[in-house]
Amino acid sequence: MTKCGSISESGEIWVIGEQCQGRLEGVSLELLSKGRALSQSMDVTLASVLIGDEVEETAWELIFHGAEKVYLLEDVRLRYYQSEAYARLLAGVIEEHGPQVVLIGATEIGKELAPKVAAKLRTGLTAHCIDIYVGEVDAAPYLIHVVPGWGGNLVMQIIFPQKRPQIATVKPGVLSKAVRDENNKGEIVRVKFRLKDEDFSRIETIEVVEERPKGKPVESADVVVCGGWGMNALGDFSKAQELADILGGVVAGTRPAVDKGWVEEGRMIGQSGKTVSPGLFVSLGASGAMHYTTGFMGSKVVLAVDQNPQAPIFQVADIGIVGDLREVLPYLIEELRKERMTRNL
Amino acid sequence: MGLEILVCIKQVPHPDHFSEIRVDIGKGRVIGEGIPVIMNPLDRNALEEALRNKERFSGRITVIRMGRPQLQKAVEEALAMGADRAVLLYDKAFARPDTLATAFTLFYAIRKLGKFDLIYCGNETVDSGTAQVGPQLAELLDIPQVSGVQEVSFVDGKSLEVRRAWEHGHMKIRLKLPALLSVTRDINKPRLPTVQGIMEVPRKEVIIWNAKDIGAPLENVGLRGSSIYAAGIHEYKTERRREIVQGSTEEKVRRAVARLKELGAI
Repeated sequence: MTKCGSISESGEIWVIGEQCQGRLEGVSLELLSKGRALSQSMDVTLASVLIGDEVEETAWELIFHGAEKVYLLEDVRLRYYQSEAYARLLAGVIEEHGPQVVLIGATEIGKELAPKVAAKLRTGLTAHCIDIYVGEVDAAPYLIHVVPGWGGNLVMQIIFPQKRPQIATVKPGVLSKAVRDENNKGEIVRVKFRLKDEDFSRIETIEVVEERPKGKPVESADVVVCGGWGMNALGDFSKAQELADILGGVVAGTRPAVDKGWVEEGRMIGQSGKTVSPGLFVSLGASGAMHYTTGFMGSKVVLAVDQNPQAPIFQVADIGIVGDLREVLPYLIEELRKERMTRNL
Repeated sequence: MGLEILVCIKQVPHPDHFSEIRVDIGKGRVIGEGIPVIMNPLDRNALEEALRNKERFSGRITVIRMGRPQLQKAVEEALAMGADRAVLLYDKAFARPDTLATAFTLFYAIRKLGKFDLIYCGNETVDSGTAQVGPQLAELLDIPQVSGVQEVSFVDGKSLEVRRAWEHGHMKIRLKLPALLSVTRDINKPRLPTVQGIMEVPRKEVIIWNAKDIGAPLENVGLRGSSIYAAGIHEYKTERRREIVQGSTEEKVRRAVARLKELGAI
């Protein structure tokens, strides 16, 4: 058992599963891989919580991805995220079972649910962590929450000296997903609870509208071609799309590109948008403001094209091409097309 | 009867100058002196929505901010945009809070101010960007709250229907007043202060309160009220190769592609 601070703890590590119509969010699987690593080094149980309606199959998915136990809360009225009901039930089950760590995906829902639960429990909460590990502070072991701030310019190591549980939201797309294994054994614990009318009388989710994203989501692409304000010189994003097609990747954009209407909001890279960690990230005509570059810092290789040799983007790129996009892009497309053809031969 | 609306605002360093922010490793603190400050961008959307509500239903808009009274840029801008009065919370005891301690400080001040029908916050700030203060303040006030708000419509004088952001589309939420909404930039386009608005600023009421004024127990605010603690802080440096290819455009591209191939990226 690891001693965290002056306290020796045996409480479980929890991963809050997020699902819609039985489909788990990717970040839930990312949290399970991190949770597994932490639970092994601290020698405690890794458990998960799942709230929904008829989601037992999904609970088994959590087990196949590493949860040793799943606390399951099912009710027809919990089919969709319900602000007050979810927060009250989650805080209640945490109080009852006393986990020492609770990990929540920093999704649109997680970012609302986590602070409500932390406030109910009067405990601490770290926001959009990019890593969590067991480390030392002043020679004492602590769980260290790594939190980016100021547009990704600064990184803080945050500890919880006393309050429990330690609750953290974790940024999607940063950690690797847990591996699925149907041989994993686990236990489903059906939590008994009673819903009250008050849970829905002040606030209720009345409609959930799924909008099919056009094309593959940026988070799961191996290659991301991201255009910035500099794409203005070309008038549109067609050349970026062409490049992405050749590389078998997807297009994305910076805030100015989204504002221009060249790419949809869901494809915006950066602090207030998506974080991606592809094998290759191509930045076209973006100067490299911190709140943008923080969105792709986990990429394996970064190629940047910009006409300003002083642009900060070249400080965070592996390969830089200084030049006019109108000249560089056609050559780049041509060269990569040749490259692909030789490979196919 | 008009609406009593509160807008929570924060003054933040200008994002274009984030790269100039340094850290004092020894003290584990951020050094941001001399960096231009602005009202947090989403807080302007929050205020804009409040102004539109007031234009439609009449009422009063109060803005509230925690921070040093010498630095008034955000408050002045809010008053110039059309807020009716400002409350400034300043005390050494409020310093270095986590989000729950910040929410507590706002909570004690709001308790003293009286009842509000609607509280608006920007969904997140550009500096720490936690998006946590809004939901936590709502918990302490025991009122419903929605984050990621993209659209607000009044069903009647007592309830709202809002559209909230969601990764796979959006959600429609119905909620009763009083309520707290954390808004995104999709909700509206904030107005610029008018000359007349700027001229009216000196005549508007600015209340300055400390911990004692709002009856804040010191164990719930500032560093003392915080559950989390920054054990370390450092500048984030990405380890990259930073190779700039040379030659004519054609040569540069050929070299870049060759390097990508060597690195196994294509």
